[in-house]
Amino acid sequence: MEHIVIIGNGISGVTAARHIRKLSNHKITIISAETEHFFSRTALMYIYMGHMKYEHTKPYEDWFWKKNRINLIFGFVKNIETKSNTLYFENGDTLQYDKLIISTGSKSNKFGWKGQDLEGVLGLYSKQDVDLLETLAPNKEVCKHAVIVGGGLIGVELAEMLHTRKIPVTFLVREDHFWDNVLPVGDAKMISRHILSHGIDLRLKSNLKEIQSDDNGRVNAVIIEETGEVIKCNLVGLTPGVSPNIDMIKQTNIETDQGVLVNRFLETNIENVYAIGDCAQQREPIGHRKAIEAVWYTGRMMGETVAQTICGNKMKYNPGHWFNSAKFFNIEYQTYGWVFPEPKESNKHFHWKHEDDSKCITIEYEKNSNQFLGINTFGIRMKHDIFDRWLTEKRSADYVMEHLREANFDPEFYKTFESEILNSYSVQFKMI
Amino acid sequence: MSNKLNPSMSLAKPDSQALSKTQKFGVAIGVIGLFIMILAFFNVDFPNKTLFLSLSLVMITVGTIIFSNNAYLTKQAGIQNDGVWFKSIASRGFWGWILGIVLTLFYIVLYFKAEWLGLAAKGEANSGLVALFDPLSRFLNGGPASQWFVYGTLYTVAILVFGYKFMLKYRHNRYEQLRTVSVMFFQLAFAFLIPEFMARLNSDTFSLPYYDLKNIWPLNYYNFDKYRVDSMIEAGDIGLALLIFGIVSIFVITPILTYKYGKRWYCSWVCGCGGLAETAGDPFRHLSDKTQVAWKIERWVVHSVVVFVTLMTTAVIYSYLGNDSSKYWLTKDVFLLSVAGLLTFVFALVMIFKRKELAKDAQYGAIGYFVIIMAIIGMHYFSGTKHVFLFNTYFLQSSYGFLIGAIFSGVIGVGFYPIFGNRVWCRFGCPMAAVLGFQQRLFSRFRITTNGGQCISCGNCSTYCEMGIDVRAYAQKGENIVRSSCVGCGICAAVCPRGVLKLENDSLKGRINSNDVLLGNDVDLMDLVNQR
Repeated sequence: MEHIVIIGNGISGVTAARHIRKLSNHKITIISAETEHFFSRTALMYIYMGHMKYEHTKPYEDWFWKKNRINLIFGFVKNIETKSNTLYFENGDTLQYDKLIISTGSKSNKFGWKGQDLEGVLGLYSKQDVDLLETLAPNKEVCKHAVIVGGGLIGVELAEMLHTRKIPVTFLVREDHFWDNVLPVGDAKMISRHILSHGIDLRLKSNLKEIQSDDNGRVNAVIIEETGEVIKCNLVGLTPGVSPNIDMIKQTNIETDQGVLVNRFLETNIENVYAIGDCAQQREPIGHRKAIEAVWYTGRMMGETVAQTICGNKMKYNPGHWFNSAKFFNIEYQTYGWVFPEPKESNKHFHWKHEDDSKCITIEYEKNSNQFLGINTFGIRMKHDIFDRWLTEKRSADYVMEHLREANFDPEFYKTFESEILNSYSVQFKMI
Repeated sequence: MSNKLNPSMSLAKPDSQALSKTQKFGVAIGVIGLFIMILAFFNVDFPNKTLFLSLSLVMITVGTIIFSNNAYLTKQAGIQNDGVWFKSIASRGFWGWILGIVLTLFYIVLYFKAEWLGLAAKGEANSGLVALFDPLSRFLNGGPASQWFVYGTLYTVAILVFGYKFMLKYRHNRYEQLRTVSVMFFQLAFAFLIPEFMARLNSDTFSLPYYDLKNIWPLNYYNFDKYRVDSMIEAGDIGLALLIFGIVSIFVITPILTYKYGKRWYCSWVCGCGGLAETAGDPFRHLSDKTQVAWKIERWVVHSVVVFVTLMTTAVIYSYLGNDSSKYWLTKDVFLLSVAGLLTFVFALVMIFKRKELAKDAQYGAIGYFVIIMAIIGMHYFSGTKHVFLFNTYFLQSSYGFLIGAIFSGVIGVGFYPIFGNRVWCRFGCPMAAVLGFQQRLFSRFRITTNGGQCISCGNCSTYCEMGIDVRAYAQKGENIVRSSCVGCGICAAVCPRGVLKLENDSLKGRINSNDVLLGNDVDLMDLVNQR
């Protein structure tokens, strides 16, 4: 029986622990300085919005850990001594491990803006961030205006959150259209319009120059780089993405770059030390995937994989076809396979948008062979397993368009749009 | 539900959740409408009852409509759960408790002290609140009102006005809208109007018992009481048709529909209890207990109720049947044998074909079956005409009526909406739901399909499940949800931000997939993960 210690109680660490428990009798310890128990980070926004309470974000009841013999330590690891397999805690405690899994997740990016550490500036990643937001922006009387910097998934979540408390929001986005560094322009434009329709003051092609403070060191304005415009505000949300939370690891013998460097077996340069989830960086990116994948399900998959390896069945991290999802205010987004903002060379896009401006799809396919490569779908739910199969079977775009009905996952009695999409596709295809 | 405070009246924590001016205006109108009834309750004798009753009902309706329009039509269509946990009334705060207490008191008076509502002794005229409803009662059924007429009217009004509110709340979701139109229709037509019109047909020579056609045994546990059966048989062909319909609806119609659509065809599309829970009770759906302990209690309690109602009904019918087969073929013994035979048949089928799905629950099922069979044997040997076992059958039935019919379904079931959520009765007490659920679990095409690996474990589905099902526990493993308690309200699928859940009727094969399917991993790993 070995002692497996996991730093970080997010989805990757917890998944690893659960699967190690399923497969073995090892002693398991999970360490976290964020919360005592595992919660779903993706649900943090709903706490502030009043949809859920913190307790609802915990996927397992508190007795679960004891019952499954998973020890929980609420504490902060300040150093790792890999030669002696020892963890040093901030409070002076130490802990010996036989195998160590680093799953410390991410932290919010800051790009050295002037004023980025003022009171009233925050990111949105941790439980503490949401608690802080509750204090800084309980209502529109305390927080009269908020500015969000950085147009990604977290930025739009923060905008939606503040909107539920009727706090006016200015949303600074560097790109020409919201998230168009990921989304094709048709999709990005539609989402931009949707954000505007909720009364968010979305400023495209706008960068932050600096954050200004009042005499008490509290935020009171931001200045926009391009126009020099000063926007008065009490709150600044910095949401220009996340990066691995590995400051502590950097002082150890464990090799890091932007993240903790791992091979396909999720092993670091030190024997018996592994890294998974947001904080891990693949030495060689896998397919079109990024070397650092800060996505919920990849954390889960890495946790499952590393559990196999640790329990004696050495296994490569081998993710299947890319997929993901998100929600922009009321519009749900799912993606299967790869759709790039600009079609890759030798590929093409097909875009369909419903006239009500709340539903659209974009597919990417190979021009010559007509092979289907991926789909973005907005406002229409589609089936994961069908697209996974179609991608594996290398179906043609024609086939996918003709059989799109099979992939529909909208609730019963919903209006369907497959024939309209197919119509539009046929027309466009003949014109080419 | 005369004391229907508008469930969205809130003392909100964040100011942004406070009511708008228009909403306050709507609440005020509704409260004035309600106040007319309160005055009547305190024996204010309105000069023109028709006018004041209409005024009261219209104001409640208009108030709710003004409130709902302002609450939902001023926002874009989509999920409307902002600030739910900040609202005092919807999060067991001060107003939640006040509403709970008022509702509970109302139910206690309704069931046990109807004279306080103004119900007259025989031969006298009604007074108070009941008298206020006399004009409407005379218009519909020709007679004066009773406390049940008052209750039925308010119940129907509640389902209609809050049904309207619910439809605005989910105006982007056709499943929710159709389902709500359905419960509104069945309440208005089947539970309210048709029985009143049927009562009009009654005369000295022809009399049908009150019959809400959508109420099916064991929900209407009294359906096969002697007085009802006698009265139906005496009413000739129509009465006999009703009696046969009562039997066919539980033994034929119900199993077929439940096989095809799951128990939702009844619980969230037809049933009156479900109807109230889904409309007036909707603002409280998230208050249901999701712990595993609650689930354990639920299974014990609800199945005990099934055993109780089965025994009670058997005992009641047994008590009035004769012994002489030459007079009527259905004698005490024939009846007991057929009940035992039917139960054995069902039990055997389940044990032979579905043992695996039941797993540990098979033992509990066996215990329930054993208890009933032993009791039936007991009845045969130890019972006379008036007594079954040591109990008077009347006592058995009145205890059931008191404990389950009044206390559980009324006082706790609705009175405690703001404390335990809106489906307490359906989840812990309803024997009909348990019977349908048993079939739904084992023999139905219905399931909630999980969409591969898209679940992010956020917990919206579990939070808003009114039946306290931990939906997320299945979804995050990629498993379909096949639970006997699921009433198919569809809210889990609606609130899911990632398009993970879908209610559907599909083939039985692969319905319960206890495998971690397609969480995005490559095939080899999936094979290993699934080897448990």
